[in-house]
Amino acid sequence: MENTAKKTILFDEHLKHGAKMVEFGGFLMPIEYLGITEEHLAVREQCGLFDVSHMGEIAITGKDTLAFIDYLITNDIVNAQKMKMTYGLLLYPDGGVVDDLMVYKYSDSYCLLVVNASNTDKDYAWITEHQGNYDVEIINKSSEYSQLALQGPKAVEILQSLTAYPLNELKLFDFDEFLIGKQKFLVSRSGYTGEDGFEIYGDNEDILSLFKVLVEEKKVQLCGLGCRDTLRFEAAMPLYGHEISQEIDPISAGLHYAIKLEKEDFIGKQRLVQIKEEGPKNKLVGIELLERGIARSGYEVVANDQKIGEVTTGYMIPHSNNCYAMAYVASEYSKIGTEVLIRIRKNLVKAQIRNKKFLNKKYIK
Amino acid sequence: MSKILEHLKYAESHEWVKVEGKIAYVGITDFAQHSLGSIVYVEAGNEGDQVEQFAVFGVVESVKAASDILSPLSGTIIEVNQEVIDSPELLNENPYEHYLIKVEIADEKELDNLLDAVAYAEVAK
Repeated sequence: MENTAKKTILFDEHLKHGAKMVEFGGFLMPIEYLGITEEHLAVREQCGLFDVSHMGEIAITGKDTLAFIDYLITNDIVNAQKMKMTYGLLLYPDGGVVDDLMVYKYSDSYCLLVVNASNTDKDYAWITEHQGNYDVEIINKSSEYSQLALQGPKAVEILQSLTAYPLNELKLFDFDEFLIGKQKFLVSRSGYTGEDGFEIYGDNEDILSLFKVLVEEKKVQLCGLGCRDTLRFEAAMPLYGHEISQEIDPISAGLHYAIKLEKEDFIGKQRLVQIKEEGPKNKLVGIELLERGIARSGYEVVANDQKIGEVTTGYMIPHSNNCYAMAYVASEYSKIGTEVLIRIRKNLVKAQIRNKKFLNKKYIK
Repeated sequence: MSKILEHLKYAESHEWVKVEGKIAYVGITDFAQHSLGSIVYVEAGNEGDQVEQFAVFGVVESVKAASDILSPLSGTIIEVNQEVIDSPELLNENPYEHYLIKVEIADEKELDNLLDAVAYAEVAK
């Protein structure tokens, strides 16, 4: 059978730089170049460069842009500052998650939604389906944009050497459009690693040129989706399909900061109000293993001889012997310090509920 | 191209065996360590465990995933290589230098079920 996975504009570059490729979200993407451990460390200590062109971009434009997005997502976009990104969730009426996304609020009549690659078509259909009488136009721009993420403590210094734009004025979640070299890009101070850094969007060919400059001239370490996952996990950021999904509501996931129940209405609000009143049955917790073993996605969490939960993501953190996991457990077991067991193959391994602060984040605010 | 040593026997599941009399040393191949990437965790049973040919006796885990290791021969584990348990990265550095277990061989005829270097080269492509 022919492989129908799409390629990003950087596909040939990945092969040239020795990437191992995998299919992810309908795209052929690099999982690692040098090795997940080395790439993870590069981002924590220096700087790393990711191709994230698989992400989807959906533009909403027109008179009712803000009111429409406010009705679609859990967070407040009407009162959000212009030229700031806002994290939010698209929900089903039963509280399950369609997707999580970033809203780039340009103006009262133009916003760009950045969504997960594997959900782009589903999101576009969902948004279009709910347009109703809102005076907006919905445009899937995913094929027009490519995207890079430059992440790590040295990211600001490296990007500043390529632009006259004063990057110290671009604070966490700010975005702007400006020249890097001779081309114009959309740049936000943001990322998915727990480090300072930038997400850079541009025309496909411009991104290819910038990629070459960053790799060949600036010698930035190339990073694949492998370490993107270990980094976001260590920073306790949710990944669709693991910590949130159609079956999991965002209150159980602990994403309170992105949910504005005081808003007049949004899809799924009624159900979230109910969950909040009743208290969620399961909660997302951090877990530390107290014995040897690595807890992987799908492994059972056990207490009192019964299954009380399931691991969503777990790793041995690169460059440490710390084995951590995120898991959903029945709420009565979610208190920090509670001892539980993880079923790893034939064995039950001792573990303990802990906070999800595996990493001290170093954002520039 | 992954490295394959002439004088060893191989299982299709990418383990190598070195036979010295009644004793077999068992490890994972260069192809296996390369496919896995950085190995961060190893389990290889306990001394005294009975192992069966082509049945699971342990696991090697990279950052990303866990993979079973199968025993190429039946017998009794007489030693687990603690060095590899403590420093799993040795398997990436030189997979043929570091065995996982030593097995007292139960049935030497089982060696006929294993691949030689030439046959294994066809598998490890």
